[in-house]
Amino acid sequence: MPQITYVHINGTRTVLDVPVGTSVMRGAILNGIDGIVAECGGEMMCATCHVYVEEDQLGRTPTQSDDEKAMLEFTASERRPNSRLSCQLVVTPELDGLVVYLPETQV
Amino acid sequence: MPEPAAAIIGTGQAGFQAAASLRQDGFAGRIALIGDEPVVPYQRPPLSKSYLAGESGLDELWLRPESFYTQHQIDLLAGETVTDIDRTGRRLRLASGAELSWDHLVLATGARFRPLAVAGAELDGVLPLRTLADADILRERLDQAREVVVVGAGFIGLEFASVATARGAAVRIIEVTQHPMGRVVSATTSRFFTDAHRRWGARISLGTGVSRILGANGRVGGVETTDGQRLPADLVLICIGVIPNAELADEAGLAVDNGIVVDERLVTADPAILAIGDCANFPTPFAAGRVRLESVQNAVDQGRCVAAHIAGKPAVYDKVPWFWSDQGDLKLQIAGITAGHDTAIVRGDPDGGRFSVFCYRGGRLIGVESVNQTADHVAARRLLAGDPKLTPEQAADESYDLRAHTRNLSAR
Repeated sequence: MPQITYVHINGTRTVLDVPVGTSVMRGAILNGIDGIVAECGGEMMCATCHVYVEEDQLGRTPTQSDDEKAMLEFTASERRPNSRLSCQLVVTPELDGLVVYLPETQV
Repeated sequence: MPEPAAAIIGTGQAGFQAAASLRQDGFAGRIALIGDEPVVPYQRPPLSKSYLAGESGLDELWLRPESFYTQHQIDLLAGETVTDIDRTGRRLRLASGAELSWDHLVLATGARFRPLAVAGAELDGVLPLRTLADADILRERLDQAREVVVVGAGFIGLEFASVATARGAAVRIIEVTQHPMGRVVSATTSRFFTDAHRRWGARISLGTGVSRILGANGRVGGVETTDGQRLPADLVLICIGVIPNAELADEAGLAVDNGIVVDERLVTADPAILAIGDCANFPTPFAAGRVRLESVQNAVDQGRCVAAHIAGKPAVYDKVPWFWSDQGDLKLQIAGITAGHDTAIVRGDPDGGRFSVFCYRGGRLIGVESVNQTADHVAARRLLAGDPKLTPEQAADESYDLRAHTRNLSAR
């Protein structure tokens, strides 16, 4: 099962096995990672599952839709070039080893 | 002195959010989260969308896993019914006979499905869609359903219809008004979705009610309409709206008028009792008067607002309302409350399937409905948070940059 690393704001790391087909957001929610809020449940109506993807791994992540780009304007923490909505990062074998950084705040 | 205790009645999205936010805001006392559904809090929107269609499962429905509640010391009493609120003694009585004391009480009791009062409504195969249990039954029944009648063309009825047509059932939609979703969207958006459902194969009768439901041997067989049609059906979905669960508040002597009446801080006449979510009737700057809203945004933001209030940071509730609905390949996103508009400006091309309707009242932008046009929706949410200063001419002009307009507003 692909492993995803979540880096908390204090620098601690949580490594989770996330099944293929599950989003990085859902993986966090099901494992009690508090830094992901996901108030709309993955419908791309909010931006409370915001993460920063490890920069040199950006090329491995699925392309951003126009909707995701638009919704990223609502992030509570600074939007950066490596900002993603983790509900849109559906885990594939290629994403094994992905590292995402949790932002300071989601709301 | 012991820490104050909070009790939250209702385990929907609003109740869940109030409990989670209370802990996040540093509330140290006991939190009891009580609801009559025997499961951990879950999201309702997918019940008429991806969950109904079988595209998502239970794991995607839970707001948090069961361990979250123990981890955050939230006493989740799922499957418990509150029978009485004792305001003087500050206690709750539960159907199990147990009693619970509270210093702060949050009513997040939600709403329940409004039954259709006609003969035959009790027949097997006449079903509601409100809870997970309802969705599980419908998911199973849809497998065998050939002829489906949907009574009521609101969000849930139309979402259900789009899933049912995609599954190959013959779908008929009966709506008592002339405008599907007419309570919440403009005539343009209503017409656009009516046409889309017809294109997808549903037959829609507008201005038509149900006079009775027909059946044999206890099972539904059809629907007789007020204009005399007899429509065959092996499944009838009743979705004509909801009734706010306000009885507990009413019996406790609190004001009830289309929901539990609260002030701009979501507090009832009793300063220790607050109400949020689908059951709360509150004043808002986004409408001409008071409103009661049924949405995820309203539940979540109001849950946060009352948690802050209890944790010692009371604030006026003033969040921009937003809503969404998925029907077929169409995503409808609404910012603000468009009901009561006097001018509707279309931006974009409805024939191309991507457009927004900018709704004005007295020259002021009050809400925007967007179809497959998230960028407009995002801009609208920003605009409505302040003075939009967007003229109807600017809204209609697709070359006018909305994003730059919102940027300029916030830069001031």
